[in-house]
Amino acid sequence: MASQDIIARSATTTPSPSVRIQDEVAKLIDTTKCIGCKACQVACSEWNELRDEVGFNLGTYTNPQDLSAETWTLMRFTEHETDAGNLEWLIRKDGCMHCAEPGCLAACPSPGAIIKLANGIVDFNQDHCIGCGYCITGCPFNIPRISQKDHKAYKCTLCSDRVEYGLEPACVKTCPTGAIVFGTKEDMKEHAAERIVDLKSRGFEHAGLYDPAGVGGTHVMYVLHHADEPSLYAGLPNAPAISPLVGLWKGVSKPLGLLAMGLAVVAGFFHYVRIGPQVVEEGEDPPGKDPAVHEIDPSVHTYDPRREDRP
Amino acid sequence: MSNKTILRYTAGQRTNHWLVAILFFMAALSGLALFHPALFWLSNLFGGGPWTRILHPFMGVVMFVLFLGLVLQFWRANYFITNDRLWLKRVGRVIKNEEEGVPPVGKYNAGQKLLFWTLLACMLVLLFTGLVIWRAYFSAFFGITSIRWAMLLHALAGFVLVLCIIVHIYAGIWIRGSVSAMVHGWVSRPWAKKHHELWYREVTRDEHPDRPISKKG
Repeated sequence: MASQDIIARSATTTPSPSVRIQDEVAKLIDTTKCIGCKACQVACSEWNELRDEVGFNLGTYTNPQDLSAETWTLMRFTEHETDAGNLEWLIRKDGCMHCAEPGCLAACPSPGAIIKLANGIVDFNQDHCIGCGYCITGCPFNIPRISQKDHKAYKCTLCSDRVEYGLEPACVKTCPTGAIVFGTKEDMKEHAAERIVDLKSRGFEHAGLYDPAGVGGTHVMYVLHHADEPSLYAGLPNAPAISPLVGLWKGVSKPLGLLAMGLAVVAGFFHYVRIGPQVVEEGEDPPGKDPAVHEIDPSVHTYDPRREDRP
Repeated sequence: MSNKTILRYTAGQRTNHWLVAILFFMAALSGLALFHPALFWLSNLFGGGPWTRILHPFMGVVMFVLFLGLVLQFWRANYFITNDRLWLKRVGRVIKNEEEGVPPVGKYNAGQKLLFWTLLACMLVLLFTGLVIWRAYFSAFFGITSIRWAMLLHALAGFVLVLCIIVHIYAGIWIRGSVSAMVHGWVSRPWAKKHHELWYREVTRDEHPDRPISKKG
């Protein structure tokens, strides 16, 4: 793995090896060119040697019904009726977005189970995965899945094992219409800009690039006909960001919590050093004396002459 | 009147307490392993990360059930009484080992009572949020927002619980005689009178049937 730099590593508070400079890569998925052939789904399972269980056809082209530990990418089909009464078949290839600020990585408690490479790929290392599912809690896109076979989390790797050797991801290689392209993030943005100009000239006035800033941008981007309303595309989040609940859970509160626990122990120690234990000396109050006889029963009435608030 | 010691905790109560304590340490250490990266090494105590993830929820459930045993035995003694308010006002003196003006208390002082109810609240929050985030069995029944809230509250309740137990353990070290009360059950009469005078009178009352507690003294 030494040929790819790691710029972020889960549950690790010191820098990871990251001196090499690498271009950020991106996969651009042009939903306007997609014909829904699912070749990318097949290529993904072939390259990654995944064989999901054959499910059922529930009357939609989306098949299987959802991402799983064996389905890392999935064409989601939406039938959208426009205001003019036309039907649009919106097809989106769903999968990991490879966020610049990955919620999964922020949430993961196991050192090195999730890493972010210098080229932008967010990769799971199942060997270090403990199966807690915190990555699912952290992800703004609902992508990671825990396998019921080995209780490890899985998702799209952006074919990090191909990209490492200069190959494009399997889905990109197989796409027959050129709807999926791969390159440096800058090149992909340029390419998208050209596509958007073309789409706008053909009447898709809201065409645009989906590269959400809420997660620092992504290394999988979409060209959408309706970039003003990404949620049309099978619930693609309009403004994805790491949930504030996750931010609070995994952010500054944990080091502060740890500090508070440590301080409590230290405070106890110094209380003992400065004030010392309360020892009942034998004979301090001889047990032969009947306490009830000599004083007022305080459960009924208390009077203390040393009260601070006395006039 | 004798120098006989007083039984503060029965063998059953002591066993129950220490079982909860053992389970607390197991659940807390495994929970802390997942709480912050600096403590992930604690997962080695349980056979590694996956085993920590597998075992932690079971430890928590067993701890909760055993803790219920303590609640059933001690909840009545943890009702607040009038003196508790004054005791809390004077807690500064208690901390400085200055006993003057600190009102006598029952079997538990107000600090112990607050601890008791806080522990119970934490245990309930930990149980219910813990079920929500228990991936292997229950998380599938809950939406992502519920799971995120549960994660946050679980960490918060765990944090408060650990703080409470740090205070609880230190109080045992500080107040000499209280650890032995929980280890072999007995306390001396001067100890009982000094720290829990109303309880002391209650348990020794039947030794002086001819001299009931009177207001006149």
